Amino acid sequence: MIAANHYPILQVIVPLMAAPLCVIVRNNIIVRYVATLASWIALFIATQLMMRVMDDGPIRYVLGGWAAPLGIEYRIDLLNAFLLIIITIIGALVSIYGRFPVEKEIPESRVYLYYTVYLLALSGLLGMTVTGDMFNQFVYLEVAALSSYTLIAIGSSYRINRKALVASFRYLVLGTIGGTFFVIGIGLIYMATGALNLLDMAARIQELGGVADSRTLQVALAFLIVGLGLKMALFPLHLWQPEAYTQSPSSVSVFLAATATKVAVYLMMRVLFTVFGSVDLFATTMFDEALLILAVMAMFVGSLSAIWQVNLKRLLAYSSIAQIGYIILGVSIGNKMALAGSIVHMFNHALIKGALFMAVGAVFYRVGSSTLDDMRGLGKQMPLTMAAFTTAGLSLIGVPLTAGFISKWYLVTGVLQSGHWLVAILILFSSLLAIFYIWKIIEVAYFQSAPADAQPVSDPPLSMLLPMWGLTLLAVYFGIDAETTGLISQMAAEYLLGGGQ
Amino acid sequence: MMDSVIPPGLFLIICAPILALASQSALRRPLMLIIPLMALGLVWMVPDGPVITASFMGFELIPLRGDALSRLFGTIFTLMGFAGGLFAFKQKSTTELVAALFYMGSAVGVVMAGDLITMFIFWEMMAIGSTLVIRSANTPGAIKASMRYLKIHLLGGVILMAGLAGYLGEGNPVLFEAMSLNSVSTWLILIGFLVNVGAPPFSAWLPDAYPEASFSGSVFLSAFTTKTAVYVLIRGFPGEEVLIYFGLYMVFYGIIYALLENDMRRILAYSIINQVGFMVTGIGIGTQMALNGAASHAFAHIIYKALLLMSAGAVFYRTGKRKCTDLGGLFQSMPVTAICGTIGALAISSFPFTSGFVSKSMIAQAAADQHMAYVWYFLEAASAGVFLHAGIKFPWFVFFQKDSGMRPPDPPVSMQSAMILLATLCIVIGLFPEQLYALLPYQVDYVPYTVTHVVNMLQLLLMAGLAFFVMLPMMKRTLTISLDFDWFYRRLFPALFDLLGRIIYPIYGRVIDLFKNRLDRLISLVERYNGVDGILARTVSTNSAGALGLIVLALCLGIFYQMQ
Repeated sequence: MIAANHYPILQVIVPLMAAPLCVIVRNNIIVRYVATLASWIALFIATQLMMRVMDDGPIRYVLGGWAAPLGIEYRIDLLNAFLLIIITIIGALVSIYGRFPVEKEIPESRVYLYYTVYLLALSGLLGMTVTGDMFNQFVYLEVAALSSYTLIAIGSSYRINRKALVASFRYLVLGTIGGTFFVIGIGLIYMATGALNLLDMAARIQELGGVADSRTLQVALAFLIVGLGLKMALFPLHLWQPEAYTQSPSSVSVFLAATATKVAVYLMMRVLFTVFGSVDLFATTMFDEALLILAVMAMFVGSLSAIWQVNLKRLLAYSSIAQIGYIILGVSIGNKMALAGSIVHMFNHALIKGALFMAVGAVFYRVGSSTLDDMRGLGKQMPLTMAAFTTAGLSLIGVPLTAGFISKWYLVTGVLQSGHWLVAILILFSSLLAIFYIWKIIEVAYFQSAPADAQPVSDPPLSMLLPMWGLTLLAVYFGIDAETTGLISQMAAEYLLGGGQ
Repeated sequence: MMDSVIPPGLFLIICAPILALASQSALRRPLMLIIPLMALGLVWMVPDGPVITASFMGFELIPLRGDALSRLFGTIFTLMGFAGGLFAFKQKSTTELVAALFYMGSAVGVVMAGDLITMFIFWEMMAIGSTLVIRSANTPGAIKASMRYLKIHLLGGVILMAGLAGYLGEGNPVLFEAMSLNSVSTWLILIGFLVNVGAPPFSAWLPDAYPEASFSGSVFLSAFTTKTAVYVLIRGFPGEEVLIYFGLYMVFYGIIYALLENDMRRILAYSIINQVGFMVTGIGIGTQMALNGAASHAFAHIIYKALLLMSAGAVFYRTGKRKCTDLGGLFQSMPVTAICGTIGALAISSFPFTSGFVSKSMIAQAAADQHMAYVWYFLEAASAGVFLHAGIKFPWFVFFQKDSGMRPPDPPVSMQSAMILLATLCIVIGLFPEQLYALLPYQVDYVPYTVTHVVNMLQLLLMAGLAFFVMLPMMKRTLTISLDFDWFYRRLFPALFDLLGRIIYPIYGRVIDLFKNRLDRLISLVERYNGVDGILARTVSTNSAGALGLIVLALCLGIFYQMQ
């Protein structure tokens, strides 16, 4: 099959081309089918790519026949193949889940625009992940970012949910700073090496003898890190994130929370281990310590802030900040097991947070609110939704036989192998904090009865329940079958530490 | 792979939701009796050696392994499940029974696990199951206590997990065998185990939580958590000397606090710590005789402690009262409960011809054989103390003593039969210890019924009993007015009293208070920063957020500028 050879580009092109199609069609129903179909094709392509990478090793795809130094090269190894799976699973399920919440939360005249922008965001994220060219990464980063700003604000106007506009604007300002820093970093590296291809850059940097003599590269690195830190909402650069996740429409929160920040983490891994792979940054600078401190602070500030939140979306947003802390912690430790922990947690956390946000979205869909007080008695009234929430919550805490446990185990093993006993205890201790904020919700939903004047509600339609339970079951399944994700992430980590050659 | 053996722990856990589905039907009650019995059968069908293997995270796990020690604990756990199910026949809350099955299943899972990871997985499930058992009493006190309980146990789980990850990361085998305390990771594992065993400084969770459970819930609770911890210590750390000190501390901690206590179920909870202390001491001694003693004492203890808690539960069920000072004279209207409770009290005091005598004396004998004189003295002194707090104090103040005027009838037949079953077991084991000895992990060449042993024990008990009744006016006074025990202890254990009553106890109390205050202050501090309006959780202006980005950039530049 000829198409099979072009999967790397089709991965991006399919959603990218579906987007203008949506604008042309403008029929809300047809547009929904187009978006859903494109998302599922993307998932299919991602699994095909994953299988090929597993069988034959990294794929190089030359765009338009222009060879690497001049043209753009797409390069897929285990790490980004895994990430493609994460993004497309969430995308495919959100495209189904979104139907009813979108109808409810977004004005009818804008529904087709929602699907258009969603497809653009999807293609942006996928593009960032597949490409092996750093400037191309920036282009897709902006595609994804601009469409995310739109997605957050798409349900609101001057009259309805005005806060979303502010949240979107804040994200726009900070996201643009992040994007600009990223492109400044790329420009500086280009200045020093003359290369834009990631592997080329890596080779030139090695020829230059590292970054010790080059102020340009040192500054470039700083800009790249901070730019990506803003994008991934790493403490203390997370300030755009809680409001953005809280105010956006439910399906948008699910999609962004599960995928967007992970891609920024992926880019940071590429910068640190592929581009600057020949430079032992961690041994020669205090950078790993600084990153570690930020990660630990993210873990605690995120979890502790989540405990007192009364809006569930906001609570989960703070929890995401803590989870990014875990992922970055593994990066800062930088040995195989810890990095594998980070990678597997990107996957597991996407499943878990996706399921949790879907459950909260379902509550919002039925009850019209996502505050703690309005959750009273929902354990009886929306049993399937709350059961999914509880199960995914257990996985977030990291109870054995759930996916969260696997992440925690790898991470702690990696941290212990590097001899950081205290950090390992801190990880585990902060994971206990998740119990407080998850239990708080379970307690209210199951052990308190609904207020007398509340409207009786029921579980949401099947099109919302199925994706929610799909993710929930995956978040448990990958805790029992730990071989698949564990093996992939370990191999990916090994490959990444080997410089990605 | 499977060889048609069904893992008993998993079987129980799977049965838990089935029981939940049957909650409204007439099947619930028979199911609660049949399921543990079937599990008991399954325990005995597990052959020796690894039975099931599985691969998980790159480790070759043995989720099911049979040997004498596992079988001993599996047997008593399922047996206890049956007796508890019988006792809980009238329990209205199905949630509690479902949780109890789940809890029992995970406890059986721990003792039948052949590797550390399976053990840990069941260990964590046990924490959840037991929390739900406490929680399902559904009183405000129980809800709060269950959360405190959960926190302690998850904290223990976290420490254990850190230890396991470190231990396995060092390349040690995943098989659950004896470890030596030569690294941080094994210490962390030991601490994780000690949390569940109720060792200092983690003793307080037990008397805090167990008495808050329902009348039947505390019966289940008394059987599993601490005893699985005893099992993992026997398996993982036999002969670690440090355990002797932990054990002895627990023995006396339990006695002192039980004597100071007025709530009958809390007395029994403290006495769990005391009894487990004997076992931990035995594990610390670590000879075959001592390990046998610890294992058989765990077996015997589960039976008589459940019996005692059942009699207390029956009283609580009928009267709704828990305080010794409110009770008394109940033997007139509750003869069966009183007799069974007294048998339990005799067994816990190791009275000859009861189960406690044939098990506990092995530990003391092991100490004597190893010429650990001081350990032996302490254990003997503690035996007298046990008789005081659990053997006499509990039955005396609840069933005899002054007449409280209450005339509650004996509990329903189901509860009576559960008590009679366990009381019979206490005596049968006491009379025919060979049956129990045959189940033990090592060959037993110990004869409990020699003239010396019996006379020695009787003398000890007699003197302690005498002391109790001589001091009785004092005990009553102290119970009703204050907990000032100076006089009593000064006579009985002068040295011990000076140490514990005068120095350690107040300091201990003050440390706890200090810790509590500090904790409260810490929480309010954290809330100030992370609460809804705290600076760390507030929506900050975009300007400041951008400025923060610049600060981090400056920081990064600084870091990379260092590189030369």
